[in-house]
Parts: sequence; structure tokens; C-alpha cells
Amino acid sequence: MSDNDSATAYWKANLRLITWSLIIWALASFGFGILLRPLVAGISIGGTDLGFWFAQQGSILVFLVLIFYYAWRMNRLDAEHGVDEE
Amino acid sequence: MDQTTLNIIVVGLSFVLYFGIAFWAKAGSTSEFYAAGRGVNPVVNGMATAADWMSAASFISMAGLIAFVGYNNSSYLMGWTGGYVLMAMLLAPYLRKFGKYTVPEFVGDRFYSNTARVVAVIALITMSVTYVIGQMTGAGVAFSRFLEVSSTNGLLIASAVVFVYAVLGGMKGITYTQVAQYCVLIIAYTIPAIFISMQLTGKFLPQVGLFSEHTASGQYLLVTLDGLLNDLGFNQYTTGSSPWLMALFTLSLMIGTAGLPHVIIRFFTVPRVADARWSAGWALVFIALLYLTAPAVGAMARLNIMTTMWPEGVQGEAVAVEDLPDWFETWRVTGLLGVEDKNGDGRIQYYNDKSAAMQQVAAERGWQGNELVTFNQDILVLANPEIAGLPGWVIALIAAGGIAAALSTAAGLLLAISSAISHDLIKSVINPNISEKGELLAARISMAVAIVVATYLGLNPPGFAAQTVALAFGLAAASLFPTLMMGIFSKRMNSAGATAGMLAGLISTTLYLFLYLGWFFIPGTNMLTADQYLFGIPPTHFGPVGAVLNFAAAYIVSNMTAEPPKEIQDLVESVRVPRGAGAATGH
Repeated sequence: MSDNDSATAYWKANLRLITWSLIIWALASFGFGILLRPLVAGISIGGTDLGFWFAQQGSILVFLVLIFYYAWRMNRLDAEHGVDEE
Repeated sequence: MDQTTLNIIVVGLSFVLYFGIAFWAKAGSTSEFYAAGRGVNPVVNGMATAADWMSAASFISMAGLIAFVGYNNSSYLMGWTGGYVLMAMLLAPYLRKFGKYTVPEFVGDRFYSNTARVVAVIALITMSVTYVIGQMTGAGVAFSRFLEVSSTNGLLIASAVVFVYAVLGGMKGITYTQVAQYCVLIIAYTIPAIFISMQLTGKFLPQVGLFSEHTASGQYLLVTLDGLLNDLGFNQYTTGSSPWLMALFTLSLMIGTAGLPHVIIRFFTVPRVADARWSAGWALVFIALLYLTAPAVGAMARLNIMTTMWPEGVQGEAVAVEDLPDWFETWRVTGLLGVEDKNGDGRIQYYNDKSAAMQQVAAERGWQGNELVTFNQDILVLANPEIAGLPGWVIALIAAGGIAAALSTAAGLLLAISSAISHDLIKSVINPNISEKGELLAARISMAVAIVVATYLGLNPPGFAAQTVALAFGLAAASLFPTLMMGIFSKRMNSAGATAGMLAGLISTTLYLFLYLGWFFIPGTNMLTADQYLFGIPPTHFGPVGAVLNFAAAYIVSNMTAEPPKEIQDLVESVRVPRGAGAATGH
């Protein structure tokens, strides 16, 4: 049964990581880039506001960090739970 | 040497390169034809994915789309990159672990149903064929503009080139030519962008230049641009409208991107699940190099046009006809650019003649309408090197880059189509006893037929060519993405549920598009008009709604029917963990 428990724990950890990543994903694009733009309008950057920067640059940079962090973290989780590729 | 000769030499050299790669990477087995033998390095696959994904539209049109609308079209930037986050976390690693060759194959096996498989094949072929038409016409247009051949001949040359390396090399040949095509297109895109950024702001990186001081005016570039646009009655560049619709459109592009089969299958080519995860990151790195540059190109090119048309500023005189720069004449003959001195003052007034405030100004200053009568948004990228005064070889590179972008995407789409036919229809449904050799031959024949059909449709584009991208993204978002995701994340999801969900997504999305845009996009056959949009949602934004309908139908139907058999639940368990991926390659 320990094998099964470990697999369940691994999948739960993966789901948790995905949930947090997608919250950040949504915050950087739909959030700061679009719907929350008025909230961060006070912060100016290069002749416009932070929301504009997020919509045209920041969100993409956040996506990059998210994907690489996810890959790094999951590859470690694979090893910790003994489900990595031999 | 004149420009056309130079263009022909550079484009010709790029073709020689693609052919060389094709002969070197000839496919000898179905595993090589469908998945490049699963031996592609994750960084290399990332580069190939970037070329696969970035079409003629990304290369030629996107900067213009942003330049002429401004902030609101940031949807394209976020949508076409944010989808990779979904793909990296929700689909790619698990589908790689599943270890088969096509997207419908996962649907058919996971939902133990040939009906589900065939519905997935239909969805795949509909979206890929509509998408490939745009690539073929795009390649034809790029040829005709730079090489002085008719666009019909240009399209035929493009088909012949794809034919050679796709039929011969399958996924293996396509992968390595896509790597070469990526290098060509990214160099062609960034060189003019860097020069323009240096000229306008003194900053080397366009991404920095966009938020820096405009040297000539001493103000921030975006402030200057907003000011000029405002003075001429256009919408300000950095101001947006209807944020909820913008968010919905962004979401629709994101889900659509994640559900496009020709991109998903690229992740089947790497050796391990861990590589599939890294590879998604590398793909986005290579895509971001262009997507982070595009908004800078857009804003700077727009500013360049404004200052070209109003050399003394908006309060001064407009540009005189004889002072128009040379590139105006070059592009005027292509019909993409047109000026008309309506008030006969020998000057060209460029302003928004639909703005009430500007009509008053025009009356005072003796203008009789906007005189820059045609300005195709594609010019921003195509004429960028000339606007920046760059040498001829950079212009030739743009030609090679535009053609590379169209060819690489077309090849990826054609592979998705042909493998769905030879593997999912012929091998899985019609003749399961077909030999390895027979299937490889069937794959090559399907590829050849797909190219011929795509060429025919490219030469005789159905009237709806412009709407097809909306259709492809809508279908990907509403049919394949939810079904694939449920196949991985829900053990309870069964055959009846998934089939019902896919049909609900497909039918609702197609119906919504047809009701507002006309049956099969035939003009005049639409039964509803824009003011009758359901909750104000335009057809192009419908993807997420279709996806929700898919999820809902699947959930309800699967809960009313028996749970999937034990071996299917075990299959889902095995897809979720990477261990054993090496063993499960092919059949």
C-alpha cells in the first residue's frame, strides 16, 4: 500500500503546485494586465502605468518563470516520491 | 545587384539549407515519421515548437495588429504565450508519458471508444485544414511581394518545398528544418527592431526602448505617441476599453493555443517526461524573443509613420508629396499603401476623419479627409528595414523570414493532419493489421494528399479565409482542450461523457460562429447580427464558453452513466506518473 500512498501524495503535491501556478498566471495576465489595471495605475513605468507593462511584457516574463519553476519542482518531486524515470 | 536578385539569392539559400536537412533527416520508420524517433533534445524541440507555432500571422501581422489598436490588442501577446503555461502543466508531460503518436489516439484509448477517436479526428482535421489555408496563402503573398512572381506561382513553389521535406522526413525532417526556420525568422525579426530602437531611443533592446525616452522629443516614447495620436483624433495607444471582453478574448486565445494538436504533438518527440516539461519552457523562451519584441516594433513603427507624415509636428504643415520617403513608392505599387491628395494642396494629411473634433479642425485647416487612404498593417514588419534605412540584405532576410514562418507552421499542421489519417483512421479504425512498412507508406501518401488539398484550398481560398483562425482557435478551445484535460485529471470521466462533451463544444462553437458570421461563413447568410450577441460576446471570443459547455455536458453525462473500466482507471494512474515512460514508446 505504501506505493499507492506515495503516488497519491505525489499527485496531490502536483495539483497543489498547479493551482498556485495558475493563480499567479491569472494574476499576471487577467489581473494586473487587464482587470486590476486601475488598481496599479498609480505606479508609473516608462511613460505609462504598470498595467500596460504587464500586458505587453510582464505577463510573458511571469509565464516563463512559472513554466521553468514547475519543471524544476516536478522533476524533484518525481525523485522524492520515487516515480522518476530510471 | 538589385533588391529582387538579392531576395532570390537569400531565399534560395534558405531552401538549399532546408533540403539539405531533409536528406540528412530522412524518416526510416513510423516512429521517426510521427515522433522523430523520440530522440529530440528538449532545447532543440523548444526551438522547433516556436517555429511550428509562430505562423505567417505572428511574423508579419502581429506587430501591425498591436500598432493600430494599441493596448487592447495585448490580448494576442498574453493569449498566444499564456497558453503554454496551460500546456506545460495540464497536458504535455502526461500525453508524453502516454507515449503514443497522435492526439486522437489518446482520446480513443483513454475513452475506449472509436466514436470518441473519430470525433477527435474530425475536430483536428477541421481546425488544422482551416489553419493551413492561411499559411499557404501567406507563403504565396510573401513570395509575390519579394520575388516578383505571381502569388499563384509563389504558392506552388512553397508547396513543392514543403512536399520535399515533409513527405521524405516526416516529423524528423520537419523538426530539424523548423529549427533552421526559427533561426532565419528570429534574426530577420530582431535586426530591424534593434536598429529602430537605437534610432528612436538610443536603447539597444527594443523591449527597453519601448519604455524609454524618445530622443527627438525628449519625452517618453509612449507619451509622445499618445500625444500625437490624440492630436490627430485617434484612440490613445496606452488606453484600453471593455476590460471584461479583453479578458475573455485573452482566455479564448490561451485555451485555444493549449488545445492545438500540431503543437501538442511536438512534445511527443522528446525522450522523457522531464524533457517535455523543460521543453515547454524552452519553447516559450524562443517564442518570447519575438513576442516581447513585437509590441516595441508596433509602437515604434507607428511613431515613425506619424512623424513621417507630420515632420513639423501636428500644428505645422503635413508632409509634401515630393518629400515622401522612397519606401512609400516601393509599397505603393504593391497596393498595400495608398495616398490621395484630396484637397490638392500638394501635401498628405493623415488624421482620423471619423472623429467629430477632427472634422472641425479639418474644416478650419482646409483638409478634405484623410489622405493616407490605404495602409495595410502588414507593412509595419515588411517595410521595417526600409523605414529604418537598413541595407538590402536585411530586406532579403525579412523575405526569407516571412516564408520560413509560413512554411514551418504549414509543415507542422500537415503532419498533424496526415498522422491523424494514417494512424487514427487507417491503422486504428480501418485496417488494424497494416504492417509497419504499409503504415509508413500510408503516412507518406496522406501527407502528399494533405499538401495537394492545402495547395488547392490556398489557390481557391473559400470566402471565409479571414474568419478561419477564429474557427480553429474556437474549436481547439471548445473541443480538444477540455477533453484532453478531463482524460488526465478525472478518473471518473467515461466514454459517453467525453463524447457528449466534445460534441457539445464543437456544435455550440460552430453554431455560434455560423449564426453571426453566416453559414459556412458565406456572407449574407448570417441569421443574427452584432447587436444580438449573447451577453455581448462576439463569435471570436466564444472559445471559453464552448469549453465550459464541454465540461458541463461531460460531467453530467458521465455521472449518469457507468464509471470507466478498471484498466482505463489504471491507464490514468500510469499517465500521471513519469516512471516507465521510456518503455511505452509506440506500439
